[in-house]
Amino acid sequence: MSFLTSLFGRKTSAPIARDRLQILLAHERAGEGQSELIAKLQEEILEVIKRHISVDQDKVQIKMDRGAGVSMLEIDIEVPEAKPAAKTA
Amino acid sequence: MAKVLVVTSGKGGVGKTTSTAALGAALAQTGKNVVVVDFDVGLRNLDLVMGAERRVVFDLINVVQGDAKLAQALIRDKRVETLSILPASQTRDKDALTPEGVARVIEELREKFDWVICDSPAGIERGAQLAMYHADQAVVVTNPEVSSVRDSDRIIGMLDSTTERAKKGEKIDKHLLLTRYDPARAARGEMLRTEDVLEILSIPLLGIIPESEEVLRASNLGMPVTLSNPTSAPSRAYFEAVRRLEGETLDVSVPTERKGLFDWLFKRSVA
Repeated sequence: MSFLTSLFGRKTSAPIARDRLQILLAHERAGEGQSELIAKLQEEILEVIKRHISVDQDKVQIKMDRGAGVSMLEIDIEVPEAKPAAKTA
Repeated sequence: MAKVLVVTSGKGGVGKTTSTAALGAALAQTGKNVVVVDFDVGLRNLDLVMGAERRVVFDLINVVQGDAKLAQALIRDKRVETLSILPASQTRDKDALTPEGVARVIEELREKFDWVICDSPAGIERGAQLAMYHADQAVVVTNPEVSSVRDSDRIIGMLDSTTERAKKGEKIDKHLLLTRYDPARAARGEMLRTEDVLEILSIPLLGIIPESEEVLRASNLGMPVTLSNPTSAPSRAYFEAVRRLEGETLDVSVPTERKGLFDWLFKRSVA
Protein backbone atom coordinates (compact mmCIF):
# COMPACT_ATOMS: atom_id res chain seq x y z
CA MET A 1 0.00 0.00 0.00
CA SER A 2 2.74 2.41 0.94
CA PHE A 3 4.42 2.02 -2.42
CA LEU A 4 1.07 2.77 -4.04
CA THR A 5 0.60 5.97 -2.08
CA SER A 6 4.11 7.07 -2.87
CA LEU A 7 3.50 6.19 -6.50
CA PHE A 8 0.53 8.51 -6.65
CA GLY A 9 2.23 11.07 -4.47
CA ARG A 10 -0.59 11.26 -1.95
CA LYS A 11 0.65 12.09 1.51
CA THR A 12 -0.68 10.26 4.51
CA SER A 13 -3.01 12.33 6.64
CA ALA A 14 -2.24 11.14 10.17
CA PRO A 15 1.05 13.09 10.53
CA ILE A 16 -0.82 16.22 9.46
CA ALA A 17 -3.46 15.56 12.10
CA ARG A 18 -0.75 15.11 14.72
CA ASP A 19 1.03 18.34 13.82
CA ARG A 20 -2.20 20.35 13.75
CA LEU A 21 -3.16 19.02 17.16
CA GLN A 22 0.22 19.73 18.67
CA ILE A 23 0.14 23.36 17.58
CA LEU A 24 -3.49 23.87 18.57
CA LEU A 25 -3.14 22.31 22.00
CA ALA A 26 0.05 24.18 22.77
CA HIS A 27 -1.99 27.36 22.35
CA GLU A 28 -5.06 26.13 24.18
CA ARG A 29 -3.00 24.98 27.14
CA ALA A 30 -1.19 28.32 27.27
CA GLY A 31 -4.33 29.62 28.87
CA GLU A 32 -7.91 30.36 28.24
CA GLY A 33 -7.11 34.06 28.68
CA GLN A 34 -5.58 33.98 25.20
CA SER A 35 -8.82 34.69 23.39
CA GLU A 36 -9.58 37.42 25.90
CA LEU A 37 -6.18 38.93 25.28
CA ILE A 38 -6.87 39.17 21.57
CA ALA A 39 -10.22 40.83 22.19
CA LYS A 40 -8.61 43.29 24.58
CA LEU A 41 -5.76 44.12 22.23
CA GLN A 42 -8.22 44.70 19.46
CA GLU A 43 -10.37 46.96 21.58
CA GLU A 44 -7.49 49.07 22.91
CA ILE A 45 -5.72 49.44 19.59
CA LEU A 46 -8.93 50.65 18.01
CA GLU A 47 -9.48 53.05 20.87
CA VAL A 48 -6.11 54.70 20.27
CA ILE A 49 -6.75 55.02 16.57
CA LYS A 50 -10.22 56.42 17.10
CA ARG A 51 -8.73 59.20 19.16
CA HIS A 52 -7.18 60.54 15.99
CA ILE A 53 -9.44 59.50 13.17
CA SER A 54 -12.95 58.23 12.81
CA VAL A 55 -12.95 54.56 11.92
CA ASP A 56 -15.85 52.66 10.45
CA GLN A 57 -16.27 49.39 12.40
CA ASP A 58 -17.04 47.54 9.18
CA LYS A 59 -13.71 48.60 7.74
CA VAL A 60 -11.72 46.86 10.43
CA GLN A 61 -10.48 43.34 9.78
CA ILE A 62 -8.85 41.23 12.41
CA LYS A 63 -7.06 38.02 11.64
CA MET A 64 -5.26 35.60 13.84
CA ASP A 65 -2.77 32.97 12.78
CA ARG A 66 -1.50 30.68 15.47
CA GLY A 67 1.78 29.11 14.44
CA ALA A 68 4.11 26.64 16.10
CA GLY A 69 6.72 29.17 17.16
CA VAL A 70 4.96 32.47 16.77
CA SER A 71 1.44 33.81 16.40
CA MET A 72 0.37 36.73 14.31
CA LEU A 73 -2.38 39.17 15.08
CA GLU A 74 -3.23 41.17 12.05
CA ILE A 75 -5.38 44.27 12.37
CA ASP A 76 -6.30 45.84 9.10
CA ILE A 77 -7.92 49.24 9.33
CA GLU A 78 -9.10 51.17 6.37
CA VAL A 79 -8.25 54.79 7.12
CA PRO A 80 -10.59 57.15 5.35
CA GLU A 81 -8.94 59.76 3.22
CA ALA A 82 -9.05 63.25 4.57
CA LYS A 83 -11.99 64.91 2.91
CA PRO A 84 -10.78 67.23 0.17
CA ALA A 85 -11.66 70.82 0.82
CA ALA A 86 -14.95 71.74 -0.77
CA LYS A 87 -14.38 73.15 -4.17
CA THR A 88 -15.60 76.55 -4.81
CA ALA A 89 -16.63 77.18 -8.33
CA MET B 1 -11.60 0.84 50.13
CA ALA B 2 -14.02 1.76 47.37
CA LYS B 3 -12.80 3.52 44.28
CA VAL B 4 -14.78 6.06 42.32
CA LEU B 5 -14.00 6.07 38.63
CA VAL B 6 -15.36 8.50 36.07
CA VAL B 7 -15.55 7.57 32.40
CA THR B 8 -15.38 10.82 30.50
CA SER B 9 -14.32 12.31 27.15
CA GLY B 10 -15.73 15.73 26.41
CA LYS B 11 -16.79 14.67 22.95
CA GLY B 12 -19.92 12.63 22.45
CA GLY B 13 -20.13 9.33 20.62
CA VAL B 14 -16.61 8.14 21.35
CA GLY B 15 -17.69 5.18 23.46
CA LYS B 16 -18.15 6.37 27.06
CA THR B 17 -21.30 4.40 27.72
CA THR B 18 -20.07 1.30 25.89
CA SER B 19 -16.83 1.47 27.86
CA THR B 20 -18.58 2.09 31.17
CA ALA B 21 -20.71 -1.01 30.61
CA ALA B 22 -17.78 -3.13 29.45
CA LEU B 23 -15.35 -2.04 32.19
CA GLY B 24 -18.04 -2.36 34.86
CA ALA B 25 -19.06 -5.82 33.71
CA ALA B 26 -15.44 -6.95 33.32
CA LEU B 27 -14.64 -5.87 36.89
CA ALA B 28 -17.78 -7.59 38.18
CA GLN B 29 -16.93 -10.74 36.19
CA THR B 30 -13.72 -10.95 38.19
CA GLY B 31 -15.76 -10.94 41.39
CA LYS B 32 -15.67 -7.27 42.33
CA ASN B 33 -18.75 -5.50 43.61
CA VAL B 34 -19.47 -2.88 40.98
CA VAL B 35 -22.08 -0.21 40.39
CA VAL B 36 -22.29 1.76 37.17
CA VAL B 37 -23.95 5.16 37.54
CA ASP B 38 -25.48 7.03 34.62
CA PHE B 39 -24.96 10.79 34.97
CA ASP B 40 -26.43 11.64 31.58
CA VAL B 41 -29.65 13.14 32.88
CA GLY B 42 -32.25 13.56 30.17
CA LEU B 43 -30.42 11.28 27.74
CA ARG B 44 -29.97 8.13 29.71
CA ASN B 45 -28.63 5.18 27.77
CA LEU B 46 -26.53 3.09 30.09
CA ASP B 47 -29.66 1.14 31.09
CA LEU B 48 -30.32 0.35 27.43
CA VAL B 49 -26.76 -0.69 26.63
CA MET B 50 -26.82 -2.94 29.70
CA GLY B 51 -30.21 -4.43 28.88
CA ALA B 52 -31.92 -3.07 31.98
CA GLU B 53 -34.19 -0.52 30.29
CA ARG B 54 -37.40 -2.31 31.22
CA ARG B 55 -36.50 -2.61 34.86
CA VAL B 56 -36.01 1.08 35.69
CA VAL B 57 -38.34 2.29 38.43
CA PHE B 58 -36.40 4.96 40.28
CA ASP B 59 -33.33 6.85 39.15
CA LEU B 60 -30.36 8.88 40.34
CA ILE B 61 -32.42 12.06 40.68
CA ASN B 62 -35.09 10.36 42.77
CA VAL B 63 -32.32 9.27 45.13
CA VAL B 64 -30.57 12.65 45.08
CA GLN B 65 -33.83 14.38 45.96
CA GLY B 66 -34.74 11.86 48.60
CA ASP B 67 -37.82 10.51 46.80
CA ALA B 68 -36.41 7.00 46.76
CA LYS B 69 -33.94 5.01 48.79
CA LEU B 70 -30.71 4.04 47.08
CA ALA B 71 -31.54 0.34 47.43
CA GLN B 72 -34.83 0.91 45.58
CA ALA B 73 -33.15 2.57 42.64
CA LEU B 74 -30.27 0.12 42.18
CA ILE B 75 -30.91 -2.51 39.52
CA ARG B 76 -29.07 -5.79 39.96
CA ASP B 77 -27.74 -7.23 36.72
CA LYS B 78 -29.34 -10.58 35.88
CA ARG B 79 -26.19 -12.11 34.40
CA VAL B 80 -23.49 -10.98 36.82
CA GLU B 81 -24.75 -10.81 40.35
CA THR B 82 -22.03 -8.46 41.63
CA LEU B 83 -22.98 -5.83 39.02
CA SER B 84 -25.56 -3.11 39.65
CA ILE B 85 -26.74 -0.11 37.72
CA LEU B 86 -28.05 3.23 38.92
CA PRO B 87 -29.91 4.76 35.98
CA ALA B 88 -30.22 8.43 35.11
CA SER B 89 -33.55 10.17 34.85
CA GLN B 90 -35.03 10.42 31.39
CA THR B 91 -37.52 13.18 32.06
CA ARG B 92 -35.94 15.49 34.57
CA ASP B 93 -33.69 18.45 33.98
CA LYS B 94 -30.00 18.11 34.75
CA ASP B 95 -30.33 21.00 37.20
CA ALA B 96 -32.16 18.59 39.48
CA LEU B 97 -28.74 17.13 40.33
CA THR B 98 -27.38 19.08 43.28
CA PRO B 99 -23.74 18.86 44.34
CA GLU B 100 -24.76 18.00 47.92
CA GLY B 101 -27.18 15.31 46.78
CA VAL B 102 -24.62 13.74 44.47
CA ALA B 103 -22.01 13.80 47.25
CA ARG B 104 -24.41 11.97 49.56
CA VAL B 105 -25.24 9.29 46.97
CA ILE B 106 -21.57 8.72 46.08
CA GLU B 107 -20.73 8.41 49.78
CA GLU B 108 -23.44 5.79 50.22
CA LEU B 109 -22.29 3.89 47.12
CA ARG B 110 -18.72 3.86 48.39
CA GLU B 111 -19.89 1.91 51.43
CA LYS B 112 -21.68 -0.73 49.35
CA PHE B 113 -19.34 -1.34 46.42
CA ASP B 114 -15.69 -1.89 45.52
CA TRP B 115 -16.01 0.17 42.36
CA VAL B 116 -18.33 3.08 41.61
CA ILE B 117 -18.13 3.83 37.89
CA CYS B 118 -19.69 7.10 36.76
CA ASP B 119 -20.71 7.42 33.12
CA SER B 120 -20.28 11.11 32.29
CA PRO B 121 -22.47 12.97 29.83
CA ALA B 122 -20.71 14.56 26.86
CA GLY B 123 -19.67 18.19 27.11
CA ILE B 124 -17.88 20.11 29.83
CA GLU B 125 -20.82 21.57 31.69
CA ARG B 126 -22.61 20.88 34.92
CA GLY B 127 -23.47 17.23 34.29
CA ALA B 128 -19.94 16.34 33.25
CA GLN B 129 -18.48 18.29 36.18
CA LEU B 130 -20.72 16.56 38.70
CA ALA B 131 -19.86 13.16 37.23
CA MET B 132 -16.13 13.78 37.67
CA TYR B 133 -16.21 15.75 40.91
CA HIS B 134 -15.85 12.85 43.36
CA ALA B 135 -13.63 10.66 41.19
CA ASP B 136 -10.44 9.07 42.48
CA GLN B 137 -9.59 7.91 38.99
CA ALA B 138 -10.62 8.86 35.50
CA VAL B 139 -10.79 6.97 32.24
CA VAL B 140 -10.54 9.39 29.34
CA VAL B 141 -12.13 7.77 26.31
CA THR B 142 -10.58 9.02 23.09
CA ASN B 143 -10.91 8.15 19.42
CA PRO B 144 -7.83 8.51 17.21
CA GLU B 145 -9.36 11.57 15.59
CA VAL B 146 -8.51 15.28 15.95
CA SER B 147 -11.70 16.60 17.55
CA SER B 148 -11.80 13.80 20.10
CA VAL B 149 -8.15 14.33 21.07
CA ARG B 150 -8.68 18.06 21.47
CA ASP B 151 -11.73 17.55 23.69
CA SER B 152 -9.88 14.98 25.77
CA ASP B 153 -7.18 17.56 26.38
CA ARG B 154 -9.80 19.95 27.75
CA ILE B 155 -11.25 17.25 29.97
CA ILE B 156 -7.81 16.33 31.32
CA GLY B 157 -7.36 20.00 32.23
CA MET B 158 -10.68 19.97 34.07
CA LEU B 159 -9.83 16.76 35.92
CA ASP B 160 -6.71 18.50 37.20
CA SER B 161 -8.50 21.65 38.27
CA THR B 162 -12.20 21.30 39.07
CA THR B 163 -12.48 17.95 40.87
CA GLU B 164 -12.66 17.49 44.62
CA ARG B 165 -9.22 15.86 44.67
CA ALA B 166 -7.69 18.67 42.63
CA LYS B 167 -9.16 21.24 45.00
CA LYS B 168 -7.60 19.41 47.96
CA GLY B 169 -4.27 19.45 46.16
CA GLU B 170 -4.42 15.69 45.59
CA LYS B 171 -3.78 13.82 42.38
CA ILE B 172 -6.44 12.15 40.33
CA ASP B 173 -5.26 9.08 38.41
CA LYS B 174 -6.00 9.54 34.73
CA HIS B 175 -5.97 6.76 32.16
CA LEU B 176 -6.33 6.93 28.41
CA LEU B 177 -8.66 4.45 26.73
CA LEU B 178 -8.20 4.61 22.99
CA THR B 179 -11.34 3.31 21.31
CA ARG B 180 -12.37 2.52 17.74
CA TYR B 181 -8.74 2.00 16.87
CA ASP B 182 -7.88 0.47 13.51
CA PRO B 183 -4.26 -0.76 13.60
CA ALA B 184 -4.15 -1.30 9.85
CA ARG B 185 -5.20 2.27 9.07
CA ALA B 186 -2.80 3.62 11.69
CA ALA B 187 0.03 1.62 10.09
CA ARG B 188 -0.85 3.12 6.71
CA GLY B 189 -0.68 6.63 8.14
CA GLU B 190 -4.41 7.19 7.73
CA MET B 191 -5.18 7.35 11.43
CA LEU B 192 -3.40 8.86 14.42
CA ARG B 193 -1.20 6.22 15.98
CA THR B 194 -1.35 5.29 19.64
CA GLU B 195 2.07 6.90 20.17
CA ASP B 196 0.83 10.15 18.62
CA VAL B 197 -2.18 10.35 20.92
CA LEU B 198 -0.10 9.40 23.96
CA GLU B 199 2.52 12.00 23.15
CA ILE B 200 -0.09 14.71 22.73
CA LEU B 201 -2.19 13.91 25.81
CA SER B 202 0.63 12.52 27.97
CA ILE B 203 -1.43 10.37 30.32
CA PRO B 204 -0.82 6.63 30.78
CA LEU B 205 -2.52 4.18 28.46
CA LEU B 206 -5.18 1.93 29.94
CA GLY B 207 -5.98 0.07 26.76
CA ILE B 208 -6.62 0.10 23.06
CA ILE B 209 -10.06 -1.06 22.01
CA PRO B 210 -10.01 -2.06 18.35
CA GLU B 211 -12.87 -1.06 16.07
CA SER B 212 -15.12 -4.11 16.04
CA GLU B 213 -18.52 -5.30 14.89
CA GLU B 214 -18.89 -6.99 18.24
CA VAL B 215 -19.47 -3.65 19.97
CA LEU B 216 -22.62 -2.84 17.97
CA ARG B 217 -23.79 -6.42 18.27
CA ALA B 218 -23.44 -6.18 22.05
CA SER B 219 -25.46 -2.99 22.30
CA ASN B 220 -28.11 -4.48 20.00
CA LEU B 221 -28.40 -7.31 22.48
CA GLY B 222 -28.33 -5.08 25.53
CA MET B 223 -25.20 -6.71 26.87
CA PRO B 224 -21.78 -5.33 27.76
CA VAL B 225 -19.42 -6.71 25.10
CA THR B 226 -17.40 -8.54 27.76
CA LEU B 227 -20.54 -10.60 28.45
CA SER B 228 -21.90 -11.02 24.92
CA ASN B 229 -18.61 -12.27 23.53
CA PRO B 230 -15.88 -12.49 26.16
CA THR B 231 -13.24 -13.79 23.75
CA SER B 232 -13.73 -11.13 21.07
CA ALA B 233 -10.95 -8.61 20.45
CA PRO B 234 -12.64 -5.65 22.19
CA SER B 235 -13.56 -7.81 25.18
CA ARG B 236 -10.00 -9.01 25.61
CA ALA B 237 -8.87 -5.39 25.49
CA TYR B 238 -11.43 -4.43 28.16
CA PHE B 239 -10.41 -7.33 30.39
CA GLU B 240 -6.79 -6.24 30.11
CA ALA B 241 -7.77 -2.64 30.86
CA VAL B 242 -9.52 -3.77 34.01
CA ARG B 243 -6.42 -5.62 35.19
CA ARG B 244 -4.45 -2.42 34.76
CA LEU B 245 -7.09 -0.53 36.73
CA GLU B 246 -6.53 -3.03 39.51
CA GLY B 247 -2.86 -2.13 39.47
CA GLU B 248 -1.31 -4.84 37.32
CA THR B 249 1.43 -3.87 34.90
CA LEU B 250 0.85 -5.38 31.47
CA ASP B 251 2.22 -4.61 28.06
CA VAL B 252 -0.43 -2.94 25.95
CA SER B 253 -1.30 -4.67 22.71
CA VAL B 254 -4.11 -4.33 20.21
CA PRO B 255 -6.09 -7.55 20.33
CA THR B 256 -7.25 -8.77 16.93
CA GLU B 257 -10.12 -11.05 15.96
CA ARG B 258 -9.15 -14.64 15.52
CA LYS B 259 -10.79 -15.31 12.20
CA GLY B 260 -11.22 -18.77 10.78
CA LEU B 261 -11.13 -19.58 7.10
CA PHE B 262 -14.91 -19.85 7.10
CA ASP B 263 -15.32 -16.30 8.47
CA TRP B 264 -12.90 -15.04 5.91
CA LEU B 265 -14.71 -16.69 2.99
CA PHE B 266 -18.09 -15.58 4.30
CA LYS B 267 -16.99 -11.99 4.66
CA ARG B 268 -15.64 -12.02 1.15
CA SER B 269 -18.86 -13.31 -0.32
CA VAL B 270 -20.95 -10.69 1.46
CA ALA B 271 -18.70 -7.75 0.70
